[in-house]
Amino acid sequence: MNTGDLQVSDNPDWDSGTAELGHLLKPGELDLSHKVVLYLEDITVSFDGFRALNSLSLAIDSGELRCIIGPNGAGKTTMMDVITGKTRPDEGRAFFGQTLDLTRLSEPEIAHAGIGRKFQKPTIFENHTVFENLELAMKTDKRVWRSLRAMLDSAAGDRIAATLQTIRLTAHADRLAGLLSHGQKQWLEIGMLLMQEPKLLLLDEPVAGMTDEETERTGELFLSLAGQHSLVVVEHDMAFVKQLGGTVTVLHEGSVLAEGSLEEVQADARVIEVYLGR
Amino acid sequence: MSSSPARTPFIVRLGRSFDARSWLLVGLFAAFALIAVPVMHLLLPPENPLHLSTYFITLTGKILCYAIVAVAMDLIWGYGGILSLGHGLFFALGGYTFGMYLMRQIGRDGSYQSDLPDFMVFLDWQQLPWFWAGSEHFLWVVLLVLVVPALIAFIFGYFAFRSRIKGVYFSIITQALTYAAMLLFFRNETGFGGNNGFTDFKRILGYSITAPETRVVLFALSALALIGTLLLARFLVTSKFGRILTAIRDAESRVMFIGYNPLWYKLFVWTLSAMLCAIAGALYVPQVGIINPSEMAVANSIEIAIWVAVGGRGTLIGAVIGAFIVNLAKSWFTVSFPEYWLFFLGTLFIVSTLWLPQGVVGLYRRLRAGVGRETAGDASAADVPRSLRGVTDGVDARAVGGESLPAAKGARA
Amino acid sequence: MRTIGFLVFGCLLSVSGAHAAVDPALLGPLAADGNDAKIVAIAALVEGAKGEALPVLKAMARGSLALAGERVVIVDGERVIDASTNVEMAPPPAVTESIGINNRLRRELASTLASLRLFSDNREVRWEAAQELASGADAELLPLLDRALASETDPEIKARLQMAYAQGSLGSDDATVRLDAVRLLGESSDANVRQLLLPLTEKRGDSWAEPDSAVRAAAGTSIRAIDKRLAFAENVGRAFTGVSLASILLLAALGLAITYGVMGVINMAHGELLMVGAYSAWAMQAVFQAYLPDFIDWYLLAAIPVGFLAAALVGVLMERVVIRHLYGRPLETLLATWGISLFLIQVARTVFGAQNVEVANPVWMAGAIEVLPNLLLPWNRIIIIGFSVAVLAAMWAILNLSRMGMFVRAVTQNRPMAGCVGVPTGRIDTMAFGLGAGIAGLGGVALSQIANVGPDMGQGYIVDSFMVVVLGGVGQLAGAVWAALGLGVLTKFLEGWTGAVVAKIVVLVIIIIFIQKRPQGLFALKGRFVES
Repeated sequence: MNTGDLQVSDNPDWDSGTAELGHLLKPGELDLSHKVVLYLEDITVSFDGFRALNSLSLAIDSGELRCIIGPNGAGKTTMMDVITGKTRPDEGRAFFGQTLDLTRLSEPEIAHAGIGRKFQKPTIFENHTVFENLELAMKTDKRVWRSLRAMLDSAAGDRIAATLQTIRLTAHADRLAGLLSHGQKQWLEIGMLLMQEPKLLLLDEPVAGMTDEETERTGELFLSLAGQHSLVVVEHDMAFVKQLGGTVTVLHEGSVLAEGSLEEVQADARVIEVYLGR
Repeated sequence: MSSSPARTPFIVRLGRSFDARSWLLVGLFAAFALIAVPVMHLLLPPENPLHLSTYFITLTGKILCYAIVAVAMDLIWGYGGILSLGHGLFFALGGYTFGMYLMRQIGRDGSYQSDLPDFMVFLDWQQLPWFWAGSEHFLWVVLLVLVVPALIAFIFGYFAFRSRIKGVYFSIITQALTYAAMLLFFRNETGFGGNNGFTDFKRILGYSITAPETRVVLFALSALALIGTLLLARFLVTSKFGRILTAIRDAESRVMFIGYNPLWYKLFVWTLSAMLCAIAGALYVPQVGIINPSEMAVANSIEIAIWVAVGGRGTLIGAVIGAFIVNLAKSWFTVSFPEYWLFFLGTLFIVSTLWLPQGVVGLYRRLRAGVGRETAGDASAADVPRSLRGVTDGVDARAVGGESLPAAKGARA
Repeated sequence: MRTIGFLVFGCLLSVSGAHAAVDPALLGPLAADGNDAKIVAIAALVEGAKGEALPVLKAMARGSLALAGERVVIVDGERVIDASTNVEMAPPPAVTESIGINNRLRRELASTLASLRLFSDNREVRWEAAQELASGADAELLPLLDRALASETDPEIKARLQMAYAQGSLGSDDATVRLDAVRLLGESSDANVRQLLLPLTEKRGDSWAEPDSAVRAAAGTSIRAIDKRLAFAENVGRAFTGVSLASILLLAALGLAITYGVMGVINMAHGELLMVGAYSAWAMQAVFQAYLPDFIDWYLLAAIPVGFLAAALVGVLMERVVIRHLYGRPLETLLATWGISLFLIQVARTVFGAQNVEVANPVWMAGAIEVLPNLLLPWNRIIIIGFSVAVLAAMWAILNLSRMGMFVRAVTQNRPMAGCVGVPTGRIDTMAFGLGAGIAGLGGVALSQIANVGPDMGQGYIVDSFMVVVLGGVGQLAGAVWAALGLGVLTKFLEGWTGAVVAKIVVLVIIIIFIQKRPQGLFALKGRFVES
């Protein structure tokens, strides 16, 4: 029955890092003791016989910034769907930290556990103001009863103001989000992710539709986030991938084709073949 | 701000939901309903031009109940984006539940002079069915009015929302539910009077149900219930809850991925909405004097939606205005030009969806804002959630064109 | 050689049959006074005239044999027929005396007639006689049946005769005869035979109606066997009515499968499009009555294109005027089309009146075929099942084989892309909606043959047809077919146990529960873009 609000939310210091000190495994709590924040093993997803993911395995370390590239239909978005609970894999295991089985949690539960996701198409609340968008995303008790009684305190206001600053939308705080430009919407969505304070950020083409300058700033933001947060960035823009540095994973036809630094990957014969002409 | 704002008493926060101008309007309305109407109906002689007739009291009282339903509908549809075609069911359930009490109040004054309601004697039943137990107690029945429709709504809503049934699917399923319930209530064996339903009420709490004083009290109660409903609804939609509700309407997946479970939000507002309908139904039956299964007809539930659409979705007050406009028109047409009523109603459905997406309230706001400076300012009344169908901007086209293999395959089958 | 001889003989027989003449000398004595004399005369007549005596004896049994002077005649209302030549006499002579009969004579005549028919050379006559006897023979006929059984060669007639014999033997004093009879009757599948056997297993007062326990037990076995056969027939009948209901649901839902299933337009006025089709059938009937009364039986064929076009026209208007402006806004579409439906209902009321209109079945749709005893399948239902299959096939062909179908599929899958490659998306929308509406019109024409035609008729189908489409899965013709079949058969079988209203409620509840489990319907689409 209790699909709604999970245990994680009841624990006020769920991300205070206690796991590193003791080694007490608490069910439903993120355990990063083995440095691995995300662990996918042999994930297979098929739609009507079409294998979107074909025994995909992937491990993301805590604090890592990982770029995922691959041609259309390589399974990048489906992989994110599996991680965030939108799609259930036919086979395979997906773990967040050591203990959280992602294949058993619902989308809100996974979000609560500390995975934030930015969609390919910016998905924000267009009929809410920028401020309200951030307010709704803010990490807090997200059950119905609390929402009914919730009022903004000054600490929360400060946090929203800080995030507005980060995403450079302070001047637009009271505008409807639907009226923002495409690049601003991308930033707002990233801002909403930051308000969630996730351990792991999944970013699907975060700089699509941004100007070069905006892209550059986004890169800087991501680099500053890496370390405390883990980031998985799906991107087609190779210049941006280069700016981010870090390990690059190439997906092709639902499984990992190559992994390594951007230079290594670009030198890989199979990758060149897949990207023929690029 | 030394004290934490969350500790502000609920009643104070409820009161703050209305601004000063709204409170003034509410006050005027309350004064009219609670003071002017009783005086003008009871004290003024019928010859006096200011005398309010029984017809006026009954009609207006009835529409006040409809207005409550409309506000309930606006909550779920205007703010939640869920078009229920089943609100007629909850309204009728509230009416039937309270009707049981009214039937018991008839006592031995029915045609058969029996302790049982007439229709049971007619069916040759020897005793009350189990669910009639306690129906002679006013408070128990009031409790049932609050609990039974809400419970049914909760159970139905839980399963529907859990399966992520939404949009038109949900509308059709609620329609089917209402239709099934109507068939059930048409059966004599169900124990609610079959075709004829409940009627010929005599008393309520011992007072004659047709007495002018009783009518005035019922009218005043309906007015108070409407004010309470508006206040509660206003509080809900201005709270964080309301913002999450509209967020679910506009981009449900985003809401899920920032950690809210839409199930409980939808379920809360759905159940509350059903409960408000039931209250309205319970107030409606003693004023109108009859309840039968035709209240559950598919057409009735859809008509509720048109009240809200005409007045203006997502505005609350628009729902009230719409309920009054449509129902006053209905009583005028059905008396003067019965053959044109359906033409009018049909046209109303088409016109309000095609040219008045924000209803009368939206029209008024637009006129006031000046035709040129049409703003998208009112968030809640804004048009259609874009997420309902693939919007054809650049990014979307790319997504569909590029990686739509599974969908394309499936749709061909 | 023998064959030819036989043929010649047969020809002669039939020729003599056609110009049959009974010797008037044999007929005269029938008017004799006294029963004994008459019985002798009957026997003589049968001896002399064989099968030709049949009409005369039948007339005598009816009491319509009379004398006109010396001549024996058959009185048939105003007409008078010469009994010897079987030719109508003009002008009719005055009847001088009628030839009366009493009960004794009547019995005598009955058994004589039966035997005459049972030993007739004509197979049809024998078959009919056996049929009649099989549902009501008594012990007096046993010797006759015995002889008939001995001479009968046709196996079907023989089986009937055995059944009749068994019925006759139930009254026998010999327990073994009764036992054989009861066993034989167990092979019947006639509810009347069951009624005949039932008393044997019951107590009359304190004692059993049937004294012999073996016979009682056999009667019980036989009744159960008959029950089984009856139940089978009943189940086949239910399955048939279920399929019939399914065909109606399918016809009502097929149009929706295009407008809602493929185009995603919620059309609450769909039921009213059915109504348009049904009124078209009525209008064609009126036109044929007025201008082509000789071809009135074929008005329905003309109604098919007219119904299609009329509904399609209404559909195209709806799409152009209202629905086109609401694409992508399903909830508003729902409300606007509901408004249209109210409008159309009132139009029908104003134009055709609020009362139901009379639409008659053409002659070729009347009647029924008997598949099993007590299982009649009405022709109109069978034809409608066939019609729905034909419409389904046509629709499949249009969607899958024609260029327009390809365009429709292209537009519904990816509107901007279709537009980019030159598909006129706007026109395709209109045409597709018109097609869906036209198919609803066809459904209406079919419905006019089995349901009431009136302004409100459409309202009754809207919930059901949406259920079919929702259950079948959006965008799925196959799904709609299976859903219609499943709903139709399920409803009819439930009706058998619970009554119509409860069956309907149960079915709706089952659908609601089913949708919980499989929100995408029977034939679910899977994939990343399903939700959008």
